[in-house]
Amino acid sequence: MRPFLLPLVLLVLAGAFPFAMHAMDQGFYISFATRVLIYAMAAASLNLVLGYGGMVSFGHAAFFGAGAYIVGILAVEGVTSAWIAWPLAVLVAALAALVIGAISLRTRGVYFIMITLAFAQMMYYVFVSLKAYGGDDGLSLPARSQVGFGIDLRNDFTWYFLVLALLAATLYLLHRLVNARFGRVIVAIRENETRAAAVGYPVYRYKLVCFMISGAIAGLAGALIANQTNYVSPALLHWITSGTLMIMVILGGVGRFWGGPVGAAVLLTLEEMISGSAALGPWALHWQLPVGVVLLAVVLFAPQGIAGLLGGKRHA
Amino acid sequence: MLELAGVSKRFGGVVATDSVTLAVASGEVHALIGPNGAGKTTLIGQISGALGVDDGAIRFLGQDITRARQHQRVRAGLARSYQITSIFRRFSVLDNLALAVQARSGSSFAFWRPVAREAALFDEARGLAREVGLGERLEVLAGNLAHGEQRALEVALALATQPKLVLLDEPMAGMGPEDSQRMIALIARIREQVTVLLVEHDMDAVFRLADRITVLVNGRVIATGAPEAIRTHPEVMRAYLGDELAA
Repeated sequence: MRPFLLPLVLLVLAGAFPFAMHAMDQGFYISFATRVLIYAMAAASLNLVLGYGGMVSFGHAAFFGAGAYIVGILAVEGVTSAWIAWPLAVLVAALAALVIGAISLRTRGVYFIMITLAFAQMMYYVFVSLKAYGGDDGLSLPARSQVGFGIDLRNDFTWYFLVLALLAATLYLLHRLVNARFGRVIVAIRENETRAAAVGYPVYRYKLVCFMISGAIAGLAGALIANQTNYVSPALLHWITSGTLMIMVILGGVGRFWGGPVGAAVLLTLEEMISGSAALGPWALHWQLPVGVVLLAVVLFAPQGIAGLLGGKRHA
Repeated sequence: MLELAGVSKRFGGVVATDSVTLAVASGEVHALIGPNGAGKTTLIGQISGALGVDDGAIRFLGQDITRARQHQRVRAGLARSYQITSIFRRFSVLDNLALAVQARSGSSFAFWRPVAREAALFDEARGLAREVGLGERLEVLAGNLAHGEQRALEVALALATQPKLVLLDEPMAGMGPEDSQRMIALIARIREQVTVLLVEHDMDAVFRLADRITVLVNGRVIATGAPEAIRTHPEVMRAYLGDELAA
């Protein structure tokens, strides 16, 4: 199969999706699909550090939430231009990743997991106590960001296609990155850090840059999720969000290029199907249980994730 | 080329290397021998920069590198191999070597251009593979190589950085006689281009390859000299070589 065939097919399908839903009078699913695309971006960013870099960050919600809050706070303060808010969200998330990474990456293994978790929880409590911006209750955005050029993001179609375009661009960027020199070094560090240092790579620096890039992308996804719901709350920063992103990556395939998007699509679809199922009655509230069973099955029987089951070469 | 002056390392109460003073001259094969636990691998770690230096100083090519980072030392021309094979097991032989070549040739903070298109990296990697006898095994995953082949790759990864001095930590560890002979021949070949500091237990190899030998016992240097002198050095015979060569 030619390398561009799969992305092209996916892009065509994703492009046709809202028209199909509209034709079937299922407009709700356009908004649902937009959410999937946003989480696909966030999960892909986590997969870069977790899957490719072997850095098990349990605090990715920090960057996702930071991006969301930047957009939310700016909107409340009257800055609604996407051209200002979104790059700023990316920048702040990248800086947060620089600071958190600079400290966390001095540790390894379970300590790294714990310290990234601790940082994210710290940010969570900061925003819970930030009464000026909603505190516990979160923050409602007056409107979606404006991009100008007569494009109205309040239209669900337009919004969907903008998010799709940004996801496509991000994935293309990640694809270039993991196949470029930098990506090879990152994977090599995951495989054997000692040897990577011994052949002359300043390992810490590579890991930190990788962590920053990942944080920046998570920040962009955060900026989008704030616009998606017109609402930001500390829950975006909570460790459950970090855990959800991690589950997406594990479901989809750790270190698999399509792992993040596949995992996001599968997890959110399962959640939607089960929690929205009338047949299950009150049991539908407990959608986590069957999702947990699916996760167990994937971990036990398809350690390469769903993307691994579907074939393709792992980056190693 | 390499000078150690009073280099020490303590792990808690244990003195691993005890004011080691040692000089490796350009162009020589300098063997470092000593019984297990003498501190040989610790010393290699200190020279390569993986371990710190508690006391003393290390100079390489006239520069003080006592506090230099490992990657800076590699850039300066100081590479090492490991006693316990340390390779990229899930990379092919070719990718292992290309990655090591890449570390040396230009910046790797390159985010756009696919590595696969950098023919120069892979050409050099193929050349290295041939040099160590892995020319026919390029696409094999390193983890699937036979032990002797992995040891050859281990040495090749060090050579890929184009060192001026290479620290070989027991390159023949765990090898059968046939592989050992191949490794001895390889070291004899590479010494034409690079200075070698060789840690080795195989006395046959040491006496065939070394121009000079330093003997380390309990973290201390007890003797340095030409192989014949070491062979007959009374303290060495008592402390280390024992009956094997005294007979």
